[in-house]
Amino acid sequence: MKRWFEPLLTAWVGLATHKLRSFLTILGIVIGVAAVITLMSIGRGAQTEILSRIEALGSDLITIRPGAFTSGGIRSAPGSVSTLTIEDAQAIAEQVPDISSVAPSYSRSLQLVVGSKNTNASVTGVTAEYIEVNNLKLASGTFFSGVDYQRGAKAAVLGSNIKETLFGDTDPTGQQMRMGGIVVRVIGVLESKGAMFGSPDDAIFIPLTAMQQTVAQPRTARGERVVSSISLTVSDEEQASYVTDEITSLLRTRHQLGPAADNDFTVTSIEEIAQTVTEATRTMTLLLGAIAAISLLVGGIGVMNIMLVSVLERTREIGIRKALGARQRDIWIQFLIEASFLALAGGIVGVATGWVASYFVSRTGFITTLVSADIVILAVSVSVGIGLFFGFYPAWNASRLNPIEALRSD
Amino acid sequence: MIQLQDITKVYAMGKRELTVLRGVNLHVKRGELVAIMGPSGSGKSTMLNLIGCLDNPTSGRYYLEDKEVSRLNGGELAQIRSRKIGFVFQSFNLLPRLSALANVELGMRYAGGSNRKRAMEALDMVGLSERASHRPTELSGGEQQRVAIARALVKNPPLILADEPTGNLDSHSGEEIMSILTSLHAERGITLVMITHEADIARYCQRVIHLKDGQIESEEKV
Repeated sequence: MKRWFEPLLTAWVGLATHKLRSFLTILGIVIGVAAVITLMSIGRGAQTEILSRIEALGSDLITIRPGAFTSGGIRSAPGSVSTLTIEDAQAIAEQVPDISSVAPSYSRSLQLVVGSKNTNASVTGVTAEYIEVNNLKLASGTFFSGVDYQRGAKAAVLGSNIKETLFGDTDPTGQQMRMGGIVVRVIGVLESKGAMFGSPDDAIFIPLTAMQQTVAQPRTARGERVVSSISLTVSDEEQASYVTDEITSLLRTRHQLGPAADNDFTVTSIEEIAQTVTEATRTMTLLLGAIAAISLLVGGIGVMNIMLVSVLERTREIGIRKALGARQRDIWIQFLIEASFLALAGGIVGVATGWVASYFVSRTGFITTLVSADIVILAVSVSVGIGLFFGFYPAWNASRLNPIEALRSD
Repeated sequence: MIQLQDITKVYAMGKRELTVLRGVNLHVKRGELVAIMGPSGSGKSTMLNLIGCLDNPTSGRYYLEDKEVSRLNGGELAQIRSRKIGFVFQSFNLLPRLSALANVELGMRYAGGSNRKRAMEALDMVGLSERASHRPTELSGGEQQRVAIARALVKNPPLILADEPTGNLDSHSGEEIMSILTSLHAERGITLVMITHEADIARYCQRVIHLKDGQIESEEKV
């Protein structure tokens, strides 16, 4: 125990003698470590936030939209060509395994009239499964049933934003609204989803059968009824990519695409999007960490600088210790411990500072942050590594001093 | 105890070479008290450094306690210094941040570990036990040198080397230091080799060696 305790004590006395200097050196490391922790926690927080929004769409969700990459690599906007049909949706439901339900939808912008208010909104005709497939929740009222769909009931469910626009704070349930050529009754309002793309908050949902009474649904050359998109859920998330492949080959057959032709539809699974986003945000987190690591590097150079000064200042002490029988190794370890101590102290205080900083960043409400154990371990071990790395050269310098010359120095 | 055979030491001064010791032969018996005298530049300090295993000779052989040490590497020399040799310097060379007691403990640090009780005994032996917690700057020159002697003594070495131990002291303190050193030599049988300028101090020794231009000029028994 003495073997370890004595060098530690020596290092402590060495650092305590120059309190301000040691403090400033530690501060350099503190800033570096705190920057790494804060920036990486922002990156990690953003990743978690984005992923949870995507997962909110339903992690078992697959959507199919018409349109795809052209042969030139330029993508035509999804929906600009109408190739998906209700019959495609039925074929998928019947022929592709591992699917729990399929919900085709057809959207059009229609004029709405409620009392004196007159506005345009995207109206989506869907089947009764739509709410379940897209993982939507009702804030009030009900969604229409399969029977309503069969009957072509004129019932509407509002997204939360459109409800605000048309009805303000009043409960719209039971209210009537004119929509194109028909009058529908509001039966429910959806909870806000807050999702990023194609948010259902701005949409109005009615049975597809009711939609067909006011809008002539276009048909393809083969007489099939065109839809804007098909969404479906897989029974097993693990099978998402297999199901995606199965759908692609089924639709290519149905659309009679030759082997050279590109897909005229796009199949996207949330699982895939989540993976892509995870990779992208991980890269972003690493980038942020790398930028912060520059300040940690500067802090490390500060440690080296101070250790070189310290060795120079204590040349005589080194000479005395050598005369008393200290080996190179003893001197080397002594200075290395001092450097590591500076860096470790900086690392620990830096973690605390970074933690507090990311808490306050979170509190502002703009960005969520997440300090995870791996970031903390990374930052502390990197800072100790920096102490060892940048302390190595000064300590080595000290250990190689000639005792006679060292004793002669002032 | 100490046997130097035809020792030379050459320092490279840039491109020129400076020969400091030219064929020194010396035999010091166990328990002897020897003074080395000579003008500055005569090579006394170089000789003491070689005897103290702080450096290797350029040629010649050095036997310490019948073991050849002239070709040992830095680590092996450090080992010998830590166990066999105590140093007393002209300028005391205490660590200013440490207390007198801690300075004495440092003498044992590289010889197998500190021991507060033994350090206290050593301080007591030089009559400074009541100033154990003082820092060197709070002590007089004579007291500082007594702490340094306690530091050299604490690991119980067979050999103590002193480089002008009284050089920075007034004559009264100098005599005090010399009486401590001679009584250590008498009571413990420690071999003591010291450099001095002063004939008064050399009087305390059994043998005086005069060095000039890197060679032993004469020897006299006191």
